[in-house]
Amino acid sequence: MTYVIAGSCIKDDSCIEVCPVDCIHPKPGAADFETAEQLYIDPELCIDCDACVEACPVDAIFADFETPEKFAYALELNAEFFAERSTAERTAA
Amino acid sequence: MTAPARVAIVGSGPAGAFAADRLLRARGDVEIDLFERLPTPWGLLRAGVAPDHQEIKRLDETFDEQTLARGCRFFGNVEVGVDVSHEDLMRHYTAVIYATGAQTDKSLGIPGEDLSGSRPATEFVAWYNGHPDYRELEFDLSGRRAVVIGNGNVAADVTRMLTLSPAELERTDVADHALEVLQESGIEEVVVLGRRGPAQAAFTSAELRELGRLDGVDLRVEAEDVELDPLSARWLAERGTFTARKNVELLREFAARPRLPDARRAIVLRFLRSPVEIRGEDRVEAIDIRRNEIVQSDDGSLRPRAVDEADETIECGLVLRSVGYRAVPLPGVPFDERSFILPNERGRVLAADGEALPGVYAVGWIKRGPTGILGTNKRDAEETVAQLAEDLAKGALPTPGHPGPEAIDALLRERKPELVSAEGWRAIDADELRRGSEAERPRVKLASREELLAAAGARA
Repeated sequence: MTYVIAGSCIKDDSCIEVCPVDCIHPKPGAADFETAEQLYIDPELCIDCDACVEACPVDAIFADFETPEKFAYALELNAEFFAERSTAERTAA
Repeated sequence: MTAPARVAIVGSGPAGAFAADRLLRARGDVEIDLFERLPTPWGLLRAGVAPDHQEIKRLDETFDEQTLARGCRFFGNVEVGVDVSHEDLMRHYTAVIYATGAQTDKSLGIPGEDLSGSRPATEFVAWYNGHPDYRELEFDLSGRRAVVIGNGNVAADVTRMLTLSPAELERTDVADHALEVLQESGIEEVVVLGRRGPAQAAFTSAELRELGRLDGVDLRVEAEDVELDPLSARWLAERGTFTARKNVELLREFAARPRLPDARRAIVLRFLRSPVEIRGEDRVEAIDIRRNEIVQSDDGSLRPRAVDEADETIECGLVLRSVGYRAVPLPGVPFDERSFILPNERGRVLAADGEALPGVYAVGWIKRGPTGILGTNKRDAEETVAQLAEDLAKGALPTPGHPGPEAIDALLRERKPELVSAEGWRAIDADELRRGSEAERPRVKLASREELLAAAGARA
């Protein structure tokens, strides 16, 4: 499984601060951070630890199997964000 | 031992709240007072964020935990510049952080803009969110069609609010006076005009997606309207943001959908169209629009240019203009009349000679202009707080004449007896939540100053 971030994300970076495997992007300072409308979780790297869910002040993060219907698109959207540019590429930059 | 530094934050919206939090993290020893001209805190989180986005409004709990619950004082119903001056604040605080946001709207500059029935979308937003200064506004929703001008998230919010069903509206904390009017609305169609093309739409893809999945609402986009001109197509492929690509994808999906025959209402998205004139005898009856094309400016950016004169008229009974917020000057503080911000360097407010004004800072929209989303203010606050912490560490800020916390409290209570404290706000909050729970709604807002002050137990 993986966790996913829904469109109600406010780009508060609390989740990035607590993620133990650095799988939430873009990070402040990254080239696409300012234009990003939300943050995304890399499903390949997420270790399902739940830390980001606890940290999110607007409850915008869900386990993939518990994502409400209105945010069902989020699983694919999060994956797609990293398909365009992987965490490895993002971290190397 | 020296007295702790005392900081006034003017404005308790997201920028002010994040600034208080970041400052307490950076300097646990400072004392912070939050000044707010309304009886209630959290600014646009309460008065801007759409009532059907309750999950975002939940941020108020975090704001409370990070500020008021950590000892920040709340001076609500106190307007800096009216009840208390900038100079008064400088006599009582080591530093003042302005977080006043952008309180007015940009105008279109076209004839008929001020006809009855044509309003800034920001006023509509403040009205349906129960902002006490806007409660007396009247919106006539008896016409069949409304036109929303603009392609950002405020445009998307007002479009949604105009199309939600009575039952959906009832599940929100929309103000009661607005709930009644919206539930009786005769509007069947909302036309949304973007002056640029689909690739330049400022909606987030989340907001656009939401418009496309409203229950009983047909979202219409013409296929030819989502065909990209060569410049936009190239920009999207080479430099387009993830959001812009998603938006174009979504719009193509919408354009390919079959019509919903039983829809209650319709939303029609139009691109490359600008308003030319709003017409009507005593009130709005129609809007004339023209077509634009996308051209490249000298700096490489893509902008719209008129193709011809007005060539289309849309009959409508309501026009909401959503082309951006704008800040207003504050008495006693420098203001950049061209950028509509406080002139500043990373949050240090600058005097006319370009030198930093000791002890005066800015954060949020009054610092950077009305851009970004809620969380943007967190990084913005970090930057401002870093300058303030540096100035404090250097000893660059003189001790004010009245360094203790009591003097300002006494001054405010004398000048503004109906001041609302943190306890007063908590009483308002509890009252609204109780009314909400009785009505099976998230919250029932008190939407006039009198009701708010009464609930706060503030002496009027």
